Amino acid sequence: MIEKFMSLNTVGVPLDRGNVDTDAIIPARYLKTLKRTGLGVGLFFAWRYDMDGKEQPDFPLNRPSFRGGKVLVAWENFGCGSSREHAVWALMDFGFRAVIAPSFSDIFHNNCLKNGMLPVTLPAAAVRSLIDALLAAPGGKVEVDLAGQTVTGPNGDIHAFGVASFAKTCLIEGLDEIARTLASAAEIDRYERERKKATPWLFLDLAG
Amino acid sequence: MPTLFEKIRDRHVVTAREDGNVLLYIDRQLIHEVTSPQAFEGLRLAGRSVRRPGAMLAVPDHNVPTTPDRAERIDDRESREQIEELRKNALGAGVALYDITDPRQGIVHIIGPESGLVQPGITIVCGDSHTGTLGAFGTIAFGVGTSEVEHVLATQTLWQNMPRRMRVMVNGALRSLVTPKDVILAVIAKIGPSGGTGYAIEFAGETIRRMSMEGRMTVCNMTIEAGARFGLIAPDEITFAYLKGRPLAPPPSLWDAAVADWKTLPSDPDATWDREVAFDASNLEPHVTWGTSPQDALPVGGVVPDPEAQPDRSERARMRRALEYMGLVPGTRLTAIPVDKVFIGSCTNARIEDLRAAAAVAKGRKVHASVTALVVPGSGLVKRQAEEEGLDRVFVEAGFQWRLPGCSMCLGMNPDRLKPGERCASTSNRNFEGRQGPGGRTHLMSPAMAAAAAVSGRIADVREVAR
Repeated sequence: MIEKFMSLNTVGVPLDRGNVDTDAIIPARYLKTLKRTGLGVGLFFAWRYDMDGKEQPDFPLNRPSFRGGKVLVAWENFGCGSSREHAVWALMDFGFRAVIAPSFSDIFHNNCLKNGMLPVTLPAAAVRSLIDALLAAPGGKVEVDLAGQTVTGPNGDIHAFGVASFAKTCLIEGLDEIARTLASAAEIDRYERERKKATPWLFLDLAG
Repeated sequence: MPTLFEKIRDRHVVTAREDGNVLLYIDRQLIHEVTSPQAFEGLRLAGRSVRRPGAMLAVPDHNVPTTPDRAERIDDRESREQIEELRKNALGAGVALYDITDPRQGIVHIIGPESGLVQPGITIVCGDSHTGTLGAFGTIAFGVGTSEVEHVLATQTLWQNMPRRMRVMVNGALRSLVTPKDVILAVIAKIGPSGGTGYAIEFAGETIRRMSMEGRMTVCNMTIEAGARFGLIAPDEITFAYLKGRPLAPPPSLWDAAVADWKTLPSDPDATWDREVAFDASNLEPHVTWGTSPQDALPVGGVVPDPEAQPDRSERARMRRALEYMGLVPGTRLTAIPVDKVFIGSCTNARIEDLRAAAAVAKGRKVHASVTALVVPGSGLVKRQAEEEGLDRVFVEAGFQWRLPGCSMCLGMNPDRLKPGERCASTSNRNFEGRQGPGGRTHLMSPAMAAAAAVSGRIADVREVAR
């Protein structure tokens, strides 16, 4: 079940790094949970804290002017590496609802959409202007309008973004994808019957 | 003129949506303890059940200790609970489970092929990004998040868009002691960590054709490190010979029909590609990584690069940060970098051939006094075969620790991990900051190179060590 995505007008948090991998977003030792909730404590753990567990004052998430921001702005290939959906759960648990970057890893992008988190792909020049503006004047707001498919930066500059129409509908309406797919159960049944005739070896029970 | 990927996809379309996405039938799903608890919980909360339990196989691998007493005690409460939860979920749903004491237990991407359930032409997923490993059999195999694990449990399908088509053509005979790991490290260095994003990559060419299934799996395993969810290799006689007789392979009564079907799968000669990359492997040298991204691979004879020579501003910043994290100075010879730990294992390099290659280097030598070295077989069956071949004795006599199967030191979720500042020669797939433990420093390389590092106490050129 995904949360409905509303438009956002919130403090933008700049993360001036590329290739942010999901191990950095949420280290593996936080993956031992049986729940989807509570993962915010481990978000960017190695960057937020030093080895003694003290906050790194310069890390954006720790700077007072960026606290409470719901939009993260970062560089290319955001969310690369491990498929752990915990990365999205951690970002959401911390309070983020959208990530803006020039590109995302495929799996992370998918995981965002399953949870009502909006991944916004903008050209590198637009991301540059957002990050520069947020670093120059911390606390600046970023507006994300999903219906209109625009991002408005702290300087008032407007950037249009693309989003797949189906993903957009799911985000806005908070649809349960499994329920939608189960509406096609008869077609899945039919497929299985035909496939079983064509490739019977794929229907042997793996439990033996 | 369809590609291998398109042929497999076309036969799995259940229905299509107006936007071009298709509902793809998923033949099989592998399940491990880390990314599945929330999926089973989601099913329970919605009052749903597993649609085809017989199409699933579950195994604990990420959390399991690799020490001999693990069946009696797992000290970490959360790890224990996650393994127990997997057991409960699998048994409750009637899903096959290779539990911690089962001789078939091992790393999910290793036990799948070993059992024979990974067959050409199938679609298979797992909540794990290294599922692309299984594309070595000519399958659509890909990693998914937990929500999609749940979707497959409930519906045996996934909604998918069509990835773009890339072919990486690798030609040339590999030199002695140059391995599939070196091929894929060099390919990633060439196309970059996001060069494959949005693509399904088919690996082709004589170098790939000559590789064993084990080698092909190593190549496909790291496709995700180039950003691609899918890495595929056309099935051939090597594939069929690997599968024949395995417990979950097609039985004798269906074998000929299956092979006849599989032979129709390879990409047509006139298939079209959105991107083609040619790679000459004939002069390839053993590779190691120096930084914190798998793209940071160089021939072992090289030196730590200088960020200041990098014209691109953001790449310069990335390299500076990587060197600071790794504690390295530009210009240092890679072979002058000392290592504290050596890890031979992981879904990339813990199959029997990998252990043979490492043992050949370890034989008659000793692990350097300053190094702790682990060999972690990828599965109970790999372990047993290695022991039948005497490889365990070679390793133990050389001073390596011979462990029980699991993900081990690849990812810092179980007791095998680096301490802050420790430097590791590792046969795994990711050198990200903190991947092998907070503050740990990872240098990726092949099993033969890792064994050479173990006996040398530093990164070493295996061709010189083995001379």
